[in-house]
Amino acid sequence: MTISTFTRRAVVGLLAAAGLAAPATAEVDFSGKTIEWVIPFSETGGSAKWANFFAPLLSEALPGAPTVVVKFMPGAGSTKGANWFQKETHDDGTLLFGTSGSTQFPYLLGDPRVRYEYNDWTPVMASGTGGVAYLNAEDGAKFDGSANMLQDVDFIYGSQGATRLDLVPLLAWQMLGMNVEPVFGIKGRGDGRLMFERGEANIDYQTSSGYLKGSAEMVADGKAVAMMTWGSLDADGNIVRDPTFPEIATFKEVCEATDGCETSGEQWDAWKAFFVAGFPVQKLAFLPAGTPQDVVDTYTAAFEAVVARADFPEISSKRVGKYSVFTGAGAQAALGTATNVPDSAKAYVINWLKESYGVELK
Amino acid sequence: MEAFATALPALSDAWALILQPVVLGYLVLGVVMGLAVGVFPGLGGIAGLSLLLPFMFGMDPILGLALMIGMVAVVPTSDTFASVLMGIPGSSASQATVLDGFPMAKKGEAARALSAAFASSLFGGLVGATFLTVFILVARPIVLAFGLPEMLMITILGLSMVAVLAGRYALKGLAAAGLGLMIGTIGEADAGGSLRMSSYDLPYLTDGLKLVIVGLGIFAIPEIVSLLRQDRSIAKGAQLGGGWLDGVRDWFANIWLSVRCSIIGVVVGVIPGLGGSVVDWIAYGHAVQTTKDKSNFGKGEVRGVIGPESSNNAKEGGGLVPTLLFGIPGSGSMAIFIGAVALLGSGSIEVGPGMLKNNLDITYSIVWLLALANVVGTVLCIAASGGIAKLTTIRFTYLAPFLFMLISFAAFQSGQNFEDLLALFVIGLIGIFLRRFDWSRPAFLIGFVLSNPVEKFTNQAFQIASFRFRKSFDQGIEYIFSPIVIVLIVITVVSVFFGIRQAKSIMAEGDVKAGSKRAPVVFLLVIAGYLLTAFINASMIPDYNMTDKVIPLVIGGFALLCCLILMVQMMMRPEGDAIFADKEVAGDEADAPYGLWSTLAWFASLIAGTFFVGFILALVGFLIAFFRVRAGASWPRTLLLTAAGIAFMCLMAGALNRDFPPGLLQGMVDLPWPLK
Repeated sequence: MTISTFTRRAVVGLLAAAGLAAPATAEVDFSGKTIEWVIPFSETGGSAKWANFFAPLLSEALPGAPTVVVKFMPGAGSTKGANWFQKETHDDGTLLFGTSGSTQFPYLLGDPRVRYEYNDWTPVMASGTGGVAYLNAEDGAKFDGSANMLQDVDFIYGSQGATRLDLVPLLAWQMLGMNVEPVFGIKGRGDGRLMFERGEANIDYQTSSGYLKGSAEMVADGKAVAMMTWGSLDADGNIVRDPTFPEIATFKEVCEATDGCETSGEQWDAWKAFFVAGFPVQKLAFLPAGTPQDVVDTYTAAFEAVVARADFPEISSKRVGKYSVFTGAGAQAALGTATNVPDSAKAYVINWLKESYGVELK
Repeated sequence: MEAFATALPALSDAWALILQPVVLGYLVLGVVMGLAVGVFPGLGGIAGLSLLLPFMFGMDPILGLALMIGMVAVVPTSDTFASVLMGIPGSSASQATVLDGFPMAKKGEAARALSAAFASSLFGGLVGATFLTVFILVARPIVLAFGLPEMLMITILGLSMVAVLAGRYALKGLAAAGLGLMIGTIGEADAGGSLRMSSYDLPYLTDGLKLVIVGLGIFAIPEIVSLLRQDRSIAKGAQLGGGWLDGVRDWFANIWLSVRCSIIGVVVGVIPGLGGSVVDWIAYGHAVQTTKDKSNFGKGEVRGVIGPESSNNAKEGGGLVPTLLFGIPGSGSMAIFIGAVALLGSGSIEVGPGMLKNNLDITYSIVWLLALANVVGTVLCIAASGGIAKLTTIRFTYLAPFLFMLISFAAFQSGQNFEDLLALFVIGLIGIFLRRFDWSRPAFLIGFVLSNPVEKFTNQAFQIASFRFRKSFDQGIEYIFSPIVIVLIVITVVSVFFGIRQAKSIMAEGDVKAGSKRAPVVFLLVIAGYLLTAFINASMIPDYNMTDKVIPLVIGGFALLCCLILMVQMMMRPEGDAIFADKEVAGDEADAPYGLWSTLAWFASLIAGTFFVGFILALVGFLIAFFRVRAGASWPRTLLLTAAGIAFMCLMAGALNRDFPPGLLQGMVDLPWPLK
């Protein structure tokens, strides 16, 4: 099966399930208990923000209103925490684990440190994001909806590492025939934006919330030019315009307009596979292996109640960005989309990493 | 001037917000909680803020800010207790304070050192806030002027302080700094991900060593072990001289030093990406260079306390600039702070570029809440310092087990691995021998702290510079030699020049007598052996990952060269030459009633016990055995002290929601907390 039919099926399932799942009857009671939500990153990252946002809401929604505390277990780019969670088994349903794209990519790329298996875990909630790429004003003037006039410009980009989420923009720019040189070793996308603002980098990308917070203003002031979004997936698994940024073209549109960039074939499939794994389903919350169905249902109902809050669209967009949130079977389907990348796409990306950046995951 | 026209009303709005009784009440609550949490070295701010997070959701913004800022502000104040009284550097902000603060405590002047430190902190905080009130309006372009070459130069300026702190033998100091730099490169490289001196089979090392562990190992463990061997109180003869008023007077007599160091603190704090790691060393170096009689540094010179302490609270204020204006956290606690601000109220306060435009009153409230929290915290600390200083008159054997308990727990929190404890022990051993053979420990620590920035900024600046040079030669030169870089180069050269001349008179370890050749030579060979191994290891990284190998090769090569010259000198010189400095020959160590290894075995037993039965059970056994056997305490006293220690540990860890290191036992049976 090709990647596109697979994603289509998975996304259809995902959307259907999210809509249809009936609220479960809550027989499980967490009165007086403390739920630990373990995040395999430090207190300071985006996943921390995500969990800290959901934790008090989840506490209100779970039967018995347990205390939900977020615990941090950083190390080895989240593989340490995930390896730990792999060994945990169901106890009394008070353990929740959160992952992000940075946990998914090493898993997909066969990082030797990965000792975890996503399919053993039970996903109860998933949420995604988008991303926007932008150029400095000078080079942005050459952007006409295609990258044709950008192909002989030298670009420099502050990157966290080619094997991280940055894989998606780096591969996209390469497909457009652009010459982007990554400066590795920055600590977060905020540092990348600062490098861009200082004029040291002349191309950058931010996730939706980061773009809204810091970069949209530069674009409005004419100091930067929005180039493209990665897009978002429709019910058929097609890439369409990001609903948060309907006025900005997607990478797919730019690619179609650009000479030599193909929106089919091995390279495109690989890019799309990793885009899907990294953005529309970026963060997932899991219960450990062997969790009984009634506990799963309780969590599903609780997350559904959180999403159904009247003020949810408002508070979530302000605090964690306009993410689509999947629960229950929707989360299960989301996990499928995020982790089932065809072997050919994996092989392509692993080879590309080696050829372009000398990265070997051994 | 338009900016200033809006600033004044915003400033008065801010004061109206702050000066509400309920806001002040929350601030004081935050301060008190911050002081309580601050006892854990290296954990303070982050642990405290995480604890507050669940309450922030939807809270009235100004109340939430008062609570959080109260807590964050006092951590660099309260960790002064540990640095001065016990020689434990609580955070990167108080490393330099240890150098003179702890010797003062040993002289019985703990209260004086503490109150001088607190007065400086308070003043630094206020100078910082005043400076910021104006500066924040014009900060944006200035912050943006600090690109990678500028940051690299500031890091090198920090590194140049090694020249001042190298000790009697400049070569030894340089080699120690080189060793620190090399140990800082252990793990996965930031740029290309190559592994240095580590392997995926030993995942612990791939993340590199944490500053908390290295700081505790290099400074705290050697001092604890040394005092424990001598079986005395921290203050020699258990005498307390110099009350807290003396300290305040000392500060006042050096007020200009305090002003200058505060400005250094704010300015360096403003630059994102450097954090606090260099500030206190630059301030310490400045204090040394501006003092006429340098002979007391390292032995309890009060100016060595006033300098770094003035800068570290001012730095917190400076650190608000990148945090509030760019949404880029200057430190771990600031990162949580940003996340927490988004949870406040209706989420309308958005930390980042819009902050000045939309929330100038809130921005000013934050700046002045920070200053006010400093005042409250300092007054509380000064009030307590006289009493707490009495700790230094207690027989150290009764304090040591609690210190082992605290530093083990703190070390474990940095990575939550059992290996954290092993790393602490190994680094502690290195610290003990650096101290024994008079190799500069501050130089080692500066090297370690700046290892990552040096490597990162060098690589990135080089990459961008070569990119500019490809465009045109002028653009490249303009990028590398900006006016700021040139000024920094001049400052660095001047400070190295004077530093080298002064280094000989600053003896951080006191006057260490020299002995036979054998032990110092063996230690030199061990260091050189490690450096050589690391050098060969780095040279095996493939060339396409040049970014990951160039710094270890250059630094490692340089440090090896220093070792080689030292080796030749050691061969040429006669026994008894100062190059063979060895604390075991004469002085406190040599006369100590207990040996090094038997003392260290106690600490090792706590770690080994933890490996088998987990931390709390091991701690019970360790405390009882220590008090009974080593301290010779009666059974009731032993049990009382043990119970107090365990209760304190459980209370704090429970309140902060932290786990203890588990052992093999916990892997087999499920035990309830705190035993699990």
